[in-house]
Amino acid sequence: MNVAIVDYGSGNLHSAAKAFERAAREAGIAVDVAVTSDPEAVRRAARIVLPGVGAFADCRRGLDAVPGMAEALEEAVRQKATPFLGICVGMQLMASRGLEYETTPGLGWIAGDVTLIEPADPALKIPHMGWNTLEVLSDHPLFAGIRTGPSGLHAYFVHSYALAAAHPTEVVAVTDYGGPVTAVVARDNMAGTQFHPEKSQRLGLALIANFLRWRP
Amino acid sequence: MLKVRLIPCLDVKDGRVVKGVRFVDLRDAGDPVECAMAYDAAGADELCFLDITASHENRGILLDVVRRTAEACFMPLTVGGGVRTVDDIRNLLLAGADKVSINTAAVKDRAFVKQAAEKFGDQCIVVAIDAKRVSGPGEADGEGASWEIFTHGGRNATGLDAIDYAREVVELGAGELLVTSMDRDGTKAGYDLALMRAIADAVPVPVIASGGVGTLDHLVAGVREGHASAVLAASIFHFGQHTIGEAKAFMAAAGLPMRMDV
Repeated sequence: MNVAIVDYGSGNLHSAAKAFERAAREAGIAVDVAVTSDPEAVRRAARIVLPGVGAFADCRRGLDAVPGMAEALEEAVRQKATPFLGICVGMQLMASRGLEYETTPGLGWIAGDVTLIEPADPALKIPHMGWNTLEVLSDHPLFAGIRTGPSGLHAYFVHSYALAAAHPTEVVAVTDYGGPVTAVVARDNMAGTQFHPEKSQRLGLALIANFLRWRP
Repeated sequence: MLKVRLIPCLDVKDGRVVKGVRFVDLRDAGDPVECAMAYDAAGADELCFLDITASHENRGILLDVVRRTAEACFMPLTVGGGVRTVDDIRNLLLAGADKVSINTAAVKDRAFVKQAAEKFGDQCIVVAIDAKRVSGPGEADGEGASWEIFTHGGRNATGLDAIDYAREVVELGAGELLVTSMDRDGTKAGYDLALMRAIADAVPVPVIASGGVGTLDHLVAGVREGHASAVLAASIFHFGQHTIGEAKAFMAAAGLPMRMDV
């Protein structure tokens, strides 16, 4: 199975690639993981991963700076229905718009805006940084076999902005940080995690394996 | 619910782990990649590498350590020590660090913090603050106390007030502060709780308490009384005094929210 991790100059993708290789190996799935900025590799891939760290607008500019990449993603994900996973800002880019520093159009796959987290308790620190549990709102193959809920496994979050989805059904898991914060969005063949599965130890490796097994 | 983070810190010199008592008396405690893997398996919430001789020696060794660690450990990694330029940060992030901590370079040139945060995002810029108490009463009561920023392992005074400096670097884009009491570092007498609390209460970003942990009670106090979001320690773990698991169980039993996945 070809896995394309889209390289558009946003952070280190080497450790993400290693996490995918490890998760696949533990799950007995044969994969060929490529960190790539080649739109053709994205078109050919059986799984597409869009990571992202930093500010929304910077990431969008970075993505647009790779010739043909936005088009290749649109074609592979929307037309060919290749299973897609967005991670952190890669997940936020699935939204209609990002409102960090400036208003920036997203890919428009999940209707909604990416807005500043405003916890009900003003003593809570921003960024929301560290390990938090997930509350699954609607079951999804990505969560298969993963213990969630207040006593479940933890995911690693680092973010100040979150995706406020226009259609609540597309938010399949939230985390609690002075109120519910979108943790996982999903629709059709696409999913996105606000947390970093590649940094989330057991939960992360299990979720990555589920993504590789996923047949939407 | 967000959990309190427990962060073992590995001081690295020439690609080997050491722990300085007051940054002078160094002991060799092993291979950083193996230590990192052991801490990963034990349930550490993050790892911190501090390259203590980065200013003098080949940084390539550290980059290789970071690279090998990131390939083996799927958990967050902060790296600091001798970070002076945007290229230093980029190289560490590309090697696999998730966050980079800036110390002296931020003291010398505050614009560097802004430049770094704008380039790589607030979330990966940690400013390390080394502070010494310059006035004020004792431990329990922070009223009237003040602290000064020091650089070069506590040798060089800067004249900067620690609380003002903390506010300033956060305004400039630091996403997290790593606060070390230079009075306490290596003493095992516990964090300077008044310092931690004064900074944690002054800034909107998370504070990691550092410097002086000798018992598990000190870790609890760092959060409860120091208002830190995360607690960092080195020698109590490196030399087997306590395991990560013991520390987390102790903190959980004391009522702190801890991640007990392992």
